[in-house]
Amino acid sequence: MKKSFLFISCDEAKQICDKTQYGEATAWERLKLELRLSWCKFTKAYSKNNNKLTDAMKIAQVDCLNTSEREKLQKEFEQELTKHQ
Amino acid sequence: MPKHQLNPNNWVKLYSDYLFNYTITRVKDRETAQDLISETFLAGLKSKVNFKGEASERTWLISILKRKIIDHYRKINSKKGKAEVRMRYSSDSETEGDWLEERVADPFDKTAEDILVNSELGDAIHDCLDKLPENQANVFKMKTILNYETETICYDLNITASNLWVIIHRARIALADCMEKNWF
Repeated sequence: MKKSFLFISCDEAKQICDKTQYGEATAWERLKLELRLSWCKFTKAYSKNNNKLTDAMKIAQVDCLNTSEREKLQKEFEQELTKHQ
Repeated sequence: MPKHQLNPNNWVKLYSDYLFNYTITRVKDRETAQDLISETFLAGLKSKVNFKGEASERTWLISILKRKIIDHYRKINSKKGKAEVRMRYSSDSETEGDWLEERVADPFDKTAEDILVNSELGDAIHDCLDKLPENQANVFKMKTILNYETETICYDLNITASNLWVIIHRARIALADCMEKNWF
C-alpha cells in the first residue's frame, strides 16, 4: 500500500518537533507532526519532554556569553596568564 | 594529594558561561557581569596558592565571585548613598490611606522564592550543559540561549542546516534526560 503524503517517520517527526521549539517549522510540517502525534506514543513522549525542556529554559532565563564577549574575556585572561607564568 | 587541582588555562572555556549566568541574575548588566568574571579569574590566578583542593575548581571560583559581587554592591552604595525610596502621597483626607494598598505586595510579582528556584533551575541547566560534548553545547547555546539565526550559526561554525538540527536534536535528548534525572 502506498504511504500517505501526510505520513512522516518518527525521526522526521522528532526533527519537526525540534524546529517547532524555535518557531522554525512550516505550517505544513506542523500539520504532519500533529497527525503523527495523534497516534504515535513515541513521538508524543518525545514532544512532551521537548516542551518541558523549552519551558524550563524560559523559566530559568538562562544566559551565557556570546562569541565576541567570550573571545574578549579569553584574550584579556590570556594576557594575565602570561604575566603570571 | 588534593582531590582537585587548578588549571587556569581552561577557566574561560569551562566556567565562563556558568559564572556569567550566576552573575547576570544578580547584577542585571552584561558589561558589569563580564567585568566581575574577569576580576574573579584574575583574583583566582593571584590566590591560586591558597587553593587547598578540597572543593572543585568551579566551587572555588564561585566563592571568589560571590565576594566580588558583594564588593560591587558595596562600591555602588558608597558612591550613591544608601538606596532611598521617596514617595509622595496625597494628603487629601478623601484619598488618605489609599497608599497603604499600593504598599501591599503584588501577588503576581516574583517572590524571592521564585527567583531562588529559577536561579537553581538555571544552575541545573548549566550543570547539564557542561556534560554535553563541546560542539553540542556550543550549538545549543547559540541557538537556544543566544537566539542566533540558523544561518548565522551555520556560517559561523561552517556546518549545514541539517547538521545543525541533528546536533540540536542530540543536545536536546541529552539535556532532557539529564534534567529528568536532576530536576523534573
